[in-house]
Formats: sequence, C-alpha cells, structure tokens
Amino acid sequence: MIEIVKALFDPDNEFLRLAFIVGTLSAFSFGIIGTYVVTRRISYLAGAISHCVFGGIGAALYVQKKIGIEWFDPMYGAVISAVLAAAIIGLVSLYAKQREDTVIGALWATGMAIGLLFIDLTPGYFDITSYLFGDILLISPNDIKLVLLLDIIVIVLTVYFYNKLQAICFDDEFARLRGIHSDIYYILLLCLTALTVVLLVRVVGIVMVIALLTLPAAVAGQFAKKLWQMMILAVIVCIVFIWSGLGLSYIYELSSGPTIIVIAGSVYLAVAAGARLFKNN
Amino acid sequence: MSANSVVDIQNVTFAYAKEPVLENVNLSVEPHDFASIVGPNGSGKTTLLKLLLGLIKPDTGEIKVFNHTPKKSRFRMGYIPQYIDLDLHFPVTVLDVVLMGRLGHGLGGRFSKEDKQAASASLEEVDLIDRAGQQFSELSGGQRQRVLIARALTGNPDLLLLDEPTSNIDLRVEKVMFDMLQELNSRMTIMIVSHDMGFVSQVVKSVICVNRKVVVHPTSEINGEIIQEIYGADLRMIRHDHRCSEGGHEHDRDCKSPF
Repeated sequence: MIEIVKALFDPDNEFLRLAFIVGTLSAFSFGIIGTYVVTRRISYLAGAISHCVFGGIGAALYVQKKIGIEWFDPMYGAVISAVLAAAIIGLVSLYAKQREDTVIGALWATGMAIGLLFIDLTPGYFDITSYLFGDILLISPNDIKLVLLLDIIVIVLTVYFYNKLQAICFDDEFARLRGIHSDIYYILLLCLTALTVVLLVRVVGIVMVIALLTLPAAVAGQFAKKLWQMMILAVIVCIVFIWSGLGLSYIYELSSGPTIIVIAGSVYLAVAAGARLFKNN
Repeated sequence: MSANSVVDIQNVTFAYAKEPVLENVNLSVEPHDFASIVGPNGSGKTTLLKLLLGLIKPDTGEIKVFNHTPKKSRFRMGYIPQYIDLDLHFPVTVLDVVLMGRLGHGLGGRFSKEDKQAASASLEEVDLIDRAGQQFSELSGGQRQRVLIARALTGNPDLLLLDEPTSNIDLRVEKVMFDMLQELNSRMTIMIVSHDMGFVSQVVKSVICVNRKVVVHPTSEINGEIIQEIYGADLRMIRHDHRCSEGGHEHDRDCKSPF
C-alpha cells in the first residue's frame, strides 16, 4: 500500500499517475453507462461494439502509415468505428426481428477480422496486444481531456434524461406508449456505450473492456434499490477495481488490464454467490 | 357501431410474416364496455391489443380509437402488460414505476409535484400506498400486477387495456383484481386479454373471440358451442366447479372451460 503511494509520487512514474487519473475519471462514465448496459441487457451488444473498434484501429493505422495521413491517430479510427458499429447494431436489434444474435455475432467477428487484415496490409510491425489487452504506457496527457469531456456529456445527459432512460430500460414498450421516442434514446445509449468503450481500450483492452463496463454495475445491482444508487455505487466499485488492479499490477509487475479484470470478476462472483447464500437462508 | 365508439376497427388484416395473424377484422367497442378478448394461444389476442395501442400498424384496413388514430389517442389509453415480461431485478421502487405513467410531457421528463400526487392517488386506488417506497422486486406477483395497473391509472386513461392480468397469480388475488377492475369500469372502458373463461363469465359484459377472425358475443350468449367454435373441435370440456360454487350453479353454461 505504502509502496504504491510512494511510487505514485516518484517523478519517474508519470505513466502510473496518468493511469490512475484516467482510470479514476473514466470510472464515472463506466459506472453510469455500465448501469444502463446491465439493466437494459445489452452487454452482448456492447461486446460487439468493442470488438468492432479493432476494425477502426486497424483502418486508422493503415491510413496513417500506408496512405500517409499522419494526423489520423488510431484513436480517431476507434471512435468512428465504435459509433458506426453502435448505429448499425442498434438498427439491427431494433428492426431485424429474427436472428438478431446471429447478425450481432457476425458484426463482432467481422469487425475484428477487418482490423487484422488492415494491419496485415500496413507496412511495419505493430504490437496489437496493447490494443487487445490494454497497455497503460499508451495513456497520454491528452486522454485526460477526452475522458473528462465524455464524463461531462454522460453525466449531463443522464441527469437530464434520467426518468426517460429509466422508463426505457425498465419497460421499453410502455415508454413508447407515453410518447417517448425510445428508439432514438436506445441508439443514443449505444453511442455513449461505444464512446465509453473506446476510452477504456487503453486501460484494459478491447477483449476485456466489456467486463469492466458490466461487472461494477452488476456488483452495484446486488445492493442498490434505485437506479441512481446503482450508478453511484458502480462508479465507486469501478474506481476500487481500477485502483487495486493498477496497484497490484505495479507491485507484482503484472499486466494491468488482466489484473483489473481478475479482481472485478472475483469480486462479482463472490458477491453474486454471497447474495444467493444469503437469500436462501 | 356509433360515432362515439371507443374502438372502431374496419376490415383490418395484419401479418408478421406471410400468414395473417388477424384477417378481415371488424370490431367496435362502446363506452363503458368491459370486453374480454379470448382465444387460444397464438390466435392474435395480443396482436389485436398492440394494433389498438398503435405499436404495430395494420397491413390493410383502419383502426380508430376515440375517433382518432391509435397514436393520437395514446394518452387516453392505459396499457397494462404482464409483469412477468419485466426485469424483476431492476432497481426501482414502487413509486418510481407508477411515476412512469406520468411521462411524456416535456423534453427532459422531470416529475412535478402534481405528477407525484397523481402517482400517490393511483397507488391508493390499488391499495398499495404503504408500499410506495419498497422495491418493485420485493412484491408478490399480484401486487406487481396492481402496481402496473396504478401506473396505467396515473395517466387518467379512458380506455384500459390489460394483457392477461390474471396469469401467474393465484385465485384469491384474482378475485381482488377483478373486483377492482369492475369498480374502475364505472369510469372507463376496459378491454382485457384473457384465456381464462371463468374470468370472462363473472364481470365481463362482452366477449371478443379471436382466432385469426374476430367475433363478438354478449356474455349471456357464451355457451359450449361457441367455445368449441373458438378453440376448435377437438377440445374437451372441463367443469371448473370452484368458480361456480360461490353463486351456486345457475350460470352453469358459463362455467365450461376449455382448460
């Protein structure tokens, strides 16, 4: 514990400070959006979106290195592909009444495959594991601004549309009958999910980002009585996961992404099992 | 059919795929009717309800609710789905659920003092005001169904539409439920999807029989032959004596059930 505090104040550990700051800030978006993803039961869609992000990253690298548009950072590609995937997946799940899961599964894998093909075509060597599993060394000071911006957007929208979003997540059909354009809010929710996913790709990577989105909310859901309580609790739980994961990974020289996810997964399973035992008694 | 019909359906056909679920349906429901929509599973009962609510559009024909399109009349309808379709782990209180019935005015959807008063009033009406702060998931099935009725009532509907409100709840609770509906019927029209013929006989004024086609009967006309017509020829009649015992057996012919 003291070791990690010392490390945080070590002038040589700029990357660790950045990881803690970005991790803490992104926990706000993660807790709030994660709560919606869990209660609206769209974690499968969120998983597909996060894997499509890899397609955008691959395409951006290709544009940057092969075509030579230097300013086109992989992050831009990630944002574009995430929002595009959110829109397509949202429309598919709204209008393709049958085989929705098949279509989503196809997008999931195809997005990923497109990314890999683009990387094949791009000259030079890229360590794709940092995108797949996260690498806190990739976090830049610029990310703080991006995460802050997303936090503000997410919090403002959530506070303003709280009642409507709650009604849509609870009973979409009834919300529609109250004149709410639930399709639009649904797509909005998916787009926010997409942006949230992109920002945390650096910390935990594409493959595991979905776990950090849903597990804190799932833990919070075991205790919360109201939706906003679940959100606040999910933010706190997410911060605890990220801090403990980053700390342990630093001390034991492990990869930070998997460490965070193993902690999140264990806590969730323990809480879920505990809740079951408690209810049975 | 008259100019002030609550519901007026003309030559409506609807299909999800190729095969029509409802075919050439004509139906009119008058104010203060208590109509039960009956028919076997997959006969199009819920589809009929969804057409009335404007959630789906007919392929051909016309639907009027209060002389307007279903979409325009939405705020005059109160819809009560089956509680079993909802996520029971969702973190909301009873009052939160009822307040959802007040949504739809203004962009943000914040609740005013008036909204909260209306929600409390309808919770009182379904006799659950003391549960307002409790979690929705902690209630029993019958109580949850009543909360959903309260949610529909907060919008001051003139037409109440219920989708199988008595499935998944026990008989004693069912009795409480239709006593309540009977009372509500004095100020609003009620249409209720039910495959429970016993329910049909006691409070219902007319029966809308759905099996791709739609036929309407006054309750007094319902007998074995008609039931047989609705459900097909190969059914067996079983008498549900527990339904008839309360008021003796004088309504014997109403007590036959295909189940």
